Amino acid sequence: MIDVNLMIENFPTFLGGGSGEPVLSTTDGLILTLELLFYSLVGGLLLSIPLGLMRVSKNRLVASAVWLYTYVFRGTPMLVQLFIIYYGLSQFQVVRDSWTWEYLQEAYFCALLAFTLNTAAYTTEIIAGQIRNTHWGEIEAAKAMGMSKWLMMRRIIIPAALRRALPAYSNEVVMMLQGTSIAGLVTLADVTGVARRIYSDTYMPFEPFLMAGLIYLAFTFLFVWLFKLAERRWLAYLAPRKH
Amino acid sequence: MKKVLMAVALAAPLFASAAQAETIRFGVDLNYPPFSKQGPDGKPQGFDIDMAHALCTAMKATCEIVPQDWDGLIPALNTNKFDAILSSMQITDERKKAVDFTNKYYNIPSRIIAKVGTTVDQNSFKGKKIGTLRASTQEKFAKDYWGKSGAKVVAYTKAPESFLDLTSGRLDAVFVDGAVGDQEFLKTPRGKGFAFVGPEYNDTKYFGLGAGIAVKKGNKALLERLNGAIDQIRKDGSYKKVQDKYFTFNVYGN
Repeated sequence: MIDVNLMIENFPTFLGGGSGEPVLSTTDGLILTLELLFYSLVGGLLLSIPLGLMRVSKNRLVASAVWLYTYVFRGTPMLVQLFIIYYGLSQFQVVRDSWTWEYLQEAYFCALLAFTLNTAAYTTEIIAGQIRNTHWGEIEAAKAMGMSKWLMMRRIIIPAALRRALPAYSNEVVMMLQGTSIAGLVTLADVTGVARRIYSDTYMPFEPFLMAGLIYLAFTFLFVWLFKLAERRWLAYLAPRKH
Repeated sequence: MKKVLMAVALAAPLFASAAQAETIRFGVDLNYPPFSKQGPDGKPQGFDIDMAHALCTAMKATCEIVPQDWDGLIPALNTNKFDAILSSMQITDERKKAVDFTNKYYNIPSRIIAKVGTTVDQNSFKGKKIGTLRASTQEKFAKDYWGKSGAKVVAYTKAPESFLDLTSGRLDAVFVDGAVGDQEFLKTPRGKGFAFVGPEYNDTKYFGLGAGIAVKKGNKALLERLNGAIDQIRKDGSYKKVQDKYFTFNVYGN
């Protein structure tokens, strides 16, 4: 039924190896998936902290601009965003003549851009939600200490909001891991892309996709475990008392 | 089983005589434009259909086109639903076990599409990008041929996507089946400024022998008549007439 040999033979290919190419190369397979995931998460997180603050700003214009951004990016599939960035933008001569083309002509950059903007939108909403959730007692205490608005933000509101955002953010990380699988549709060979290539070479659908699934499962497990450790450390003060 | 054998045995003399008669029935899968399709009037049309009629004219017979879905073509031939398959069927060793093939009636080469005036040899794509269909014969050839001299071969799921990237400048060339490149790109407005450049590629190791007409195993009489007819229409110009109706290049190969 299942050709285990085929799975074993092709395992190095998933790690970016294969005929004549170095195992763990950055252009193929697992490393590409992890690279896309890591860079887009870092970029998304850096964007989402200021965006989250703007989202809860009292300035209506600023708040609604960010609202529109998160609404559009959370309201459309990431696949559609990727296609618009990769195939859509390249249709305009203006884009091709501009300095951006140097980056936009690379499938890698387009995927990174789409993933970053997407995860930034979700993370912005997570963080904004946690900022709104700040207990009024903490704010009153900060004011009583004579803290300015920004000092209060820096010392009280943002650190606490980021801590409380951890469980929701771990979900976002796992969703992004699965999300990177669409990179294969713009010529990149991530884990799913490699599986598709093996499938069309051998006409065996089951083994390569099973292999890809196992890889995603393993990394999901790893991420969930790491976040659990992080929560135990930074959210300890919210855990029920043990004694 | 016995009943089927009986029926075949009874029917065999009937059809043996039919092969000699004036009507030759060709099985065609009508889902492969521009080679074959159901026309707006419901009648079959396309390169394969016109080829059948040209062959019949050469053999002084009348043609009957019998529509049949692709996966049922060989079984239907073997149960005498028609006398021959003329449906862009590539000659392969696998199929040769089930049917006999005439000589090829076309062998469309794979071609490089690039900006008009591009020169092409094995080393001209060093550091450049060539698009192909994923897991196609073209991809394998391109990796072995240009890939080894420093070109990057980029795999696409669909041919139109590679044409998009060619026009936007992400690719320097697309390596594709000549018919697909001609119909889907060069003949469309988007193909302006691009052309087939360089030689035709039809290395049989990668691309096979081309398409032949299949007859039932052992039907030597019809096989020889068809081979003779292919030679004849190649000579008298009726082949070229059919070819020019659909393609802008030589589809017979060398």
